[in-house]
Amino acid sequence: MMDLAEHLLARWNYLAVIILMMIGLYITISRGNLVKKVMGMNVFQVSVILLYVSMGKVSGGTAPILIEGEPEVLYSNPLPHVLMLTAIVVGVASTALGLALVVRVKEAYETVEEDEIVALDRAEDERGRPGSVH
Amino acid sequence: MSDLAFHLPVLQVLIPLLAAPLCFLLRNEAIVRVFTVAVSFTCFAISMSLLGQVIDGQVVVYEFGGWARPFGIEYRVDILNAFVLVVVSGIAAVVFSAGPGQARRVIPEGREYLFYSAALLCLTGLLGVTITGDVFNIFVFLEISSLSSYILIALGQSRRALMAAFSYLIMGTIGATFLLIGIGLMYQMTGTLNMVDMAERLRDVSHTRTIFVALAFVVVGISIKLAVFPLHQWLPNAYTFAPPMVSAFLASTATKVAYYLLVRFCFGIFGLTLVFEKVGIDVLLLPLSVAAMFVGSIAAIYQTDFKRLLAYSSIAQIGYMTLGLSLATEAGVSAGLIHVFNHALMKGALFLVAACVAWRMGGTSIEAMKGLGQRMPMTMAAMVVAGLALVGVPGTVGFVSKWALVSAALEKGELFIAFLIMASSVLALVYVWKLVEVAYFATPEAEIEKKEAPLRMLIPTWILVGASIYFGIFSGFAVEVADLAAAQLFAAGM
Repeated sequence: MMDLAEHLLARWNYLAVIILMMIGLYITISRGNLVKKVMGMNVFQVSVILLYVSMGKVSGGTAPILIEGEPEVLYSNPLPHVLMLTAIVVGVASTALGLALVVRVKEAYETVEEDEIVALDRAEDERGRPGSVH
Repeated sequence: MSDLAFHLPVLQVLIPLLAAPLCFLLRNEAIVRVFTVAVSFTCFAISMSLLGQVIDGQVVVYEFGGWARPFGIEYRVDILNAFVLVVVSGIAAVVFSAGPGQARRVIPEGREYLFYSAALLCLTGLLGVTITGDVFNIFVFLEISSLSSYILIALGQSRRALMAAFSYLIMGTIGATFLLIGIGLMYQMTGTLNMVDMAERLRDVSHTRTIFVALAFVVVGISIKLAVFPLHQWLPNAYTFAPPMVSAFLASTATKVAYYLLVRFCFGIFGLTLVFEKVGIDVLLLPLSVAAMFVGSIAAIYQTDFKRLLAYSSIAQIGYMTLGLSLATEAGVSAGLIHVFNHALMKGALFLVAACVAWRMGGTSIEAMKGLGQRMPMTMAAMVVAGLALVGVPGTVGFVSKWALVSAALEKGELFIAFLIMASSVLALVYVWKLVEVAYFATPEAEIEKKEAPLRMLIPTWILVGASIYFGIFSGFAVEVADLAAAQLFAAGM
């Protein structure tokens, strides 16, 4: 038991990532509110950014800015950070698009609760005529 | 000329990428429409030329900025991805020339250029995913294509299109993020993002748990995008409520590119030994493929909407592709690739038929299709031919892929699987017959007036229908290229 705790504590960065990831995924799956779903998705994406950034750290390494005349210096790996700049952009874009869709859903259904939307769709099916945006 | 040939790999992606904002600047509807079609045909010409360059087994490598790997990013074209490029850009060329279809009534007057911008961005993403030799690049291009396809789906006529796009956005983002986690773990163990380097270095660490976990994340992530049963929940709504042209485009390209990714990761990067012998994903993927074949087909039989029926049929057809992959033999992979090509033609044709029906009838409910055989004879004839191809009648492309798949299963000694493939074809016959019966034998309630879909939609439909007959009779092209692609993939993986 102690071994396991020690094992996990030595890798606390991964533990943080996993907890954050599960929080995000859980919100996305369990919440019926569409805005909360988007936020959960966002938390989930951010956890991956932490995963990458923490794997770029080299123990004892300094910031990856070249110090001239000192070839012995140990640097952290800058590549994961650069990758995550792109992932942040992707995350922002998908969150923005998700929220934009929620706005349109609110206009069309006058609610952002998934169960109410499902009920509205079902009622429409029973009346037997297809819905329209306008 | 040789300079141009040298730059073809980057032009393949750059041309649609630059064309998308250009559409935004041109604005004029007629000009943008012609421009988009011209761009997509240019892409098709480039991909054909690339396929010509690599078909003799040579691999075309394009290094960005002249930086060789491992420092630079490279595009890498071999037979496998050249083949997928041809499928994607060919379908794009045909479908884009048919215009946005029904979407016109939803898009406000004078805003059609936005539709074309999104469509071109989607094409850019799909081509980029296919051509790149860098795994992080795959994630970025995948998100470009996904984000633009969410926009395209949300343009559907019904308000349900919005919820369909939203669910797809949530599922798609989770899938892409899973892929990103997998890629991160692979990078952690190998220190490279280049596919070739990664494949080499993975051999030394392929026994580690990190790589097992990476494989799980990558396969599940791609499976969501590919809509492998039971991760297909987003697909029926997305295809049903999207504008008809968007369904035609996505159904015949997006899932095909996801399938390419699965093949590339399983055989090109992780390697046969790790994926099938150590982890054994075929134990999971094979039953799921078979389940998809049956669940998809049976669900299709009970649908009351033409497009939803086609969507469920797509889930079944994806089952055939993943079945080919999970046989883990050269013949199996080749059969899967043949089916990628053939299914793109058949499903593209059928969704275009749905677009024609939606154009004339205002909807695609099967109930409203009564008597369409007399009303829209050319459209319905196209549906019958493409439907027969879907069943796998000899002389059509469907037969070619079923034949390849059954032979691959028999070659591996899987007699029962071969039987299941045949049995599920019978189910396809049931749902295709259901459509034929409504169109030709049901008595319509109202007076019949012959009124075809406009020619600019009918011609692309018949091009795809013609292709599914042509490549069914002269099956050489797809079969040979797929065989060569599979052989090259297996030779590199050994």
